[in-house]
Formats: sequence, C-alpha cells, structure tokens
Amino acid sequence: MIRLQDIVKTYPMGNRELQVLRGVSFTIEQGELVAIMGPSGSGKSTILNLLGCLDVPTSGKYYIDGQEVSQLSSNELAHIRAHKIGFVFQQFNLLPRLSALSNVILGLEYADSDDRKLAMDSLTTVGLADRAHHRPTELSGGEQQRVAIARALAKNPPLILADEPTGNLDSRSGEEIISILTSLHEEQKITLVMITHDARIAQHCQRIIYIKDGQVEKDEKV
Amino acid sequence: MKRSEQSVKRVIRPFSNAWGGVTSHKLRSLLTILGIVIGVSAVIALMSIGKGAEADILARIQTLGADLMMINPGSGMSAGGIRGAQGSMTTLTMEDATAIANKVDLVSSVTPLYSKSLQLIAGSQNMNSQVTGTTPAYMQTYNLNTLSGTFFSDYDLQRGTRVAVLGYNVWQTLYGGSDPLGQDLRLGTIIVRVIGVLESKGSVSGSPDDKVFIPLTAMQQAVAQQRTARGEQVISSISLKVKDLEQSDKIITDITGLLRSRHQLAATAENDFTVTSMEEVASTVSETMQTTTMLLGAIAAISLLVGGIGVMNIMLVSVLERTREIGIRKALGALDRDIWIQFLIESAFLTLAGGLIGVVLGWGSALLLSTFGTYHTLVSVDIVILAVSVSVGIGLFFGFYPAWQASRLNPIEALRHD
Repeated sequence: MIRLQDIVKTYPMGNRELQVLRGVSFTIEQGELVAIMGPSGSGKSTILNLLGCLDVPTSGKYYIDGQEVSQLSSNELAHIRAHKIGFVFQQFNLLPRLSALSNVILGLEYADSDDRKLAMDSLTTVGLADRAHHRPTELSGGEQQRVAIARALAKNPPLILADEPTGNLDSRSGEEIISILTSLHEEQKITLVMITHDARIAQHCQRIIYIKDGQVEKDEKV
Repeated sequence: MKRSEQSVKRVIRPFSNAWGGVTSHKLRSLLTILGIVIGVSAVIALMSIGKGAEADILARIQTLGADLMMINPGSGMSAGGIRGAQGSMTTLTMEDATAIANKVDLVSSVTPLYSKSLQLIAGSQNMNSQVTGTTPAYMQTYNLNTLSGTFFSDYDLQRGTRVAVLGYNVWQTLYGGSDPLGQDLRLGTIIVRVIGVLESKGSVSGSPDDKVFIPLTAMQQAVAQQRTARGEQVISSISLKVKDLEQSDKIITDITGLLRSRHQLAATAENDFTVTSMEEVASTVSETMQTTTMLLGAIAAISLLVGGIGVMNIMLVSVLERTREIGIRKALGALDRDIWIQFLIESAFLTLAGGLIGVVLGWGSALLLSTFGTYHTLVSVDIVILAVSVSVGIGLFFGFYPAWQASRLNPIEALRHD
C-alpha cells in the first residue's frame, strides 16, 4: 500500500542544508492502523507531508497504491491528494464561512464526486447528521474534528492521514475522536496513519513507528 | 456518480466558490467596486452627453436638408496653406449661377446670394447683420417657412422692390417680438419695408436666423455692385438643391468642370471656388463630435483604470488573508488552476457587478441631466455593452496577478499560515 525507500529530505537553511530525514524506509500494508511517534523536530511532520503528497523527497522513492510519486509535478500530486488521501489536521482546517455539510462537500469537489448525499452519509457516520447546517464556529472542537473526519472519509480514499488529531482537544473529546477513527478502521478496513506524541493514543494502534533525528528508531507491533 | 453531472458541477463550482468569496465580505466588496461603479457611470453619462450633442447638431443640419449644396469663392486651401476668408474673393458671378441652372443635370433651385454686412436701423434699435440679396428660390433651397407675412416674389425680384424678410433673431433684436410687418427698416443707405419673418432654424453656422433677405436686384441698388473683368455681376455664393443624393459626387464634378471652363482656369491651376455639400458637412461634424465623445470617454476611462488598480489591491489582500483557505483547498486536491480560476472569477465578478451598477447610475444620471438639465443626452446600447465588457476585462486583467499568486502558494506553508 505504502512503501518508503531511503527517503532523504533536506531544506536549505541559509547557506547550509538542514537534513530533516536521513534515509527513512518502511512499508505500510493495506488496512493497517499505524501511529508515528517521536519528539518534536524528529521529522515526523515532514514524513506526514511526504506521505500526504504535499511535498516531494529530496531523494528516495515513495510508492502509494502502487504508484511512484517522488518525481511527480505539483498538479499530479494534487490529483493524488484529491483521489487517494484524506487529511485530518490538528487545527481541523474547516472553512469558517461554510456549513459542516458544505465543508464535507468541498472535500468531494476536487475528487469530482461532489454529491450531497455522499457528504450527508459521511456526516451520519461520524454522528453529526443533525449538525450538518451549522458553521464551524457553532460547533465544539470535537464536533469540528468529526466534520474534518467526515470530510476526509467522504471520498473513500485508500489512505487517511491524521496529524495530531487530538492535539487541540480536551481528553474526553480526544477519546471520542480516537474511538471514531479506530472503529472506522475496524468497520471499513481503511488504512490509517496517525502522528501523535501521546503514548496512550498510540496504544490504540496496531503498530507504532518511532522516529528520532530523521531516522526510524523503532518499528514495533503493539 | 454520473459523469455528465460532475462535469456540469465542475463548470459551476468556481462560480459558486467566487460568489461565496465575494459575499463573505459584503461591505469590502462594495467599497472595492466603487471605483468601477464611478468609472462606468462617468463613461456612460459623459458619452451620453457627447452623443446627445452630436444627434442635436445632425438633426439641425438635417432641417437645412442634406441635399443642400453650396458654392463659395476661393479654393479650399490657398498656396500658403491658409484658407482665405469666405466671401473675400470675388470669382463667382450671376452668370455662373445661370449656367449651372441651365447646364448641370439633377440640380434645382439654383439660388445666387449676394451678402454684405450692413447696419440695420429700426426706430431706436440698431444692429449689424448680414444682408443677403437673393431670389425667391432661397425658400425652397433652405427649406424655410415664414412665421408671419410672406417671402418676396419673382415680381419683387424683377422690379427690385425694396422689401425685406427678417431672420428670427434679427426680428427679436430689432422689434423685440412685436409685429414688424409694414415697418420701415434702414439697411445701410436704403430703406426697405418688412414683409415677412422667417421661422427659426436653430443655431447652425450660417443659419438664416441672423440674416435679412431682400431681392437680389434691390441689393444691387443698396450697395455698389462689383463686376468682373468680363463684365459679369459678382455674387457671394450660390446655393442649390441636389435632386438625387446618390449622384452628388457626379454633380460636384459637373459643376466643377463647368465653372473651371467658365473661369478659364489653366489645367494646372487650382479651383477658384469650393463646392460643399451638406451631406459632407454633416459627416464632418459627426466625425468631430465622435472624436469629442471619445475624448470624454477616455477621460472617464481613466477612473475605470484607477478602479481596476483598487480591485487588484483588494484581491492581493484577500489572497493573503485567505492563505489558509488556499492551503486547505490544495490539501484537498485543488489544482493550481482551480485556485487561479476561482480568484480570477471572483475578481471579474466584482468588476462585473461594479459595471452593472455603474450602468444603472450612469443611465440614471443621463436621464436626470436631460430631464432637469440643459443637456440633451443619448445613451447608446453599444456603449453600455462596451462599458460592461471593459469592466469585466479590467477584473480579469487586474485579478490576473493576485490569482496567480494564490495559485502558486505552497500548500504546507499555506496550511501553517494563521
């Protein structure tokens, strides 16, 4: 499903180069629920950006769904994001002027499967059908994150990436989000990769990849 | 999911996205398009004044008749490039007029005119005016009607009767609107009796309103008649009617040929007379007015340009402010092109709205000007269409750069933006 092979990522920093990833390799199978953990600055966000096709590696190969994407143009990457990847962000990243339903539809638009019913079904899955016409400002943090999950889920992508999905939530809402994500994984067999620094949350996953100093430090089954 | 339904949605989507962008900041959107509103309404209103004036002048010329043709002494342009004052040369004669009437086809009412500026005295009032000796055919040539009394007759012409017909303004100045018929009027050295007043023709140059008309024979008594070397009677100009406007070029050629041979001009010499048709004058005036109208429009268009720069400014601010939105859209899979089109449409949308509001305001003020003001205005549909399309064009032009900036944003950085 996902295969990273000797991924190196450097950023120019003044006249020096900052090497954020130094040869990262791992494979994630279809239907796995994986947590990526590591201290801040370890490079886990960079890995997520690469996995999400928001960025390309400096060197190395990245296969998603059988397709090698490390050399693709920005428009080709956008096409992959539209069809194969659902994002759940720490900051929810909903458009404040749109209703919950419209935010979910927005996620479908660029995948060319813009359909009201599909969006509504997705909101129902996360238990927010009755809040469909509320704007993000009228929803609690947990509810906003559920809208974001619905948005990621609606287009039925092979891969869902969650970046600290509970980072901005109180512990009770956080538990709720995690239970939604894990039950989605169990029921729909979606592939879910989650970045977190919370060990308790990582315990809900099947496998934890520890990143340190731009390298895989440990890769273990829970 | 039906494919056709999706492709329809793909076309509609950027428009609804743009609509959402515009309406989420209503006051700002309104202020942004104010420059365009003012520009378009200024263009419409000013152009309507220009067009109205043009239509007025052409209508007045039409009342004289497009089939009117005038022959004046002197060439259009002298050797030094300076046009001699009309009437200052004495090359046309009574015999020329007779020859044109007899030998040129498709002309009628050939009317000789002999004019002099003379002092007019009526009771205690006096003024200087152009006194024109002519024939009764003058009435038909200039499509004139008398307001009161009559024009002089062929009998008056043969006898040299000392009678006069007053132009409308002359009547107003000398008699203040009271009945002048039968009154005596001193023209230079002779005294004539007023027998008629002409209807006003409006202020066209050479309008009969400012003139006094007497029989040509009486004029010859009033002022010393000049004669050419060959003994022909000098006159100031000849007016005539063309029977077929289609043939006016041929008629001009015929008259020119006839007069050149009568004046015994060498093949290389310039004409010592000028033939002008009203049709030509009308097209010249029309051209001049169009230039003036375009100039007015150009001045107003500058405010459109300023408005466009305002739109660009706000679009740049808007792109900056919505960096996060752009990041979200890109993360969801929007292509650079999708973002670009969204902002471009938003910008064109703003200026289109500005253009439409401007048309309403401009048209409204044109109507107000002609209802309550002294201007006659004319709003032409092509200018409305032009103004609206130009405002959309301005939106596209000035929205281009901000939209391009938006489309180039890096999604990772855009998502991090607060």
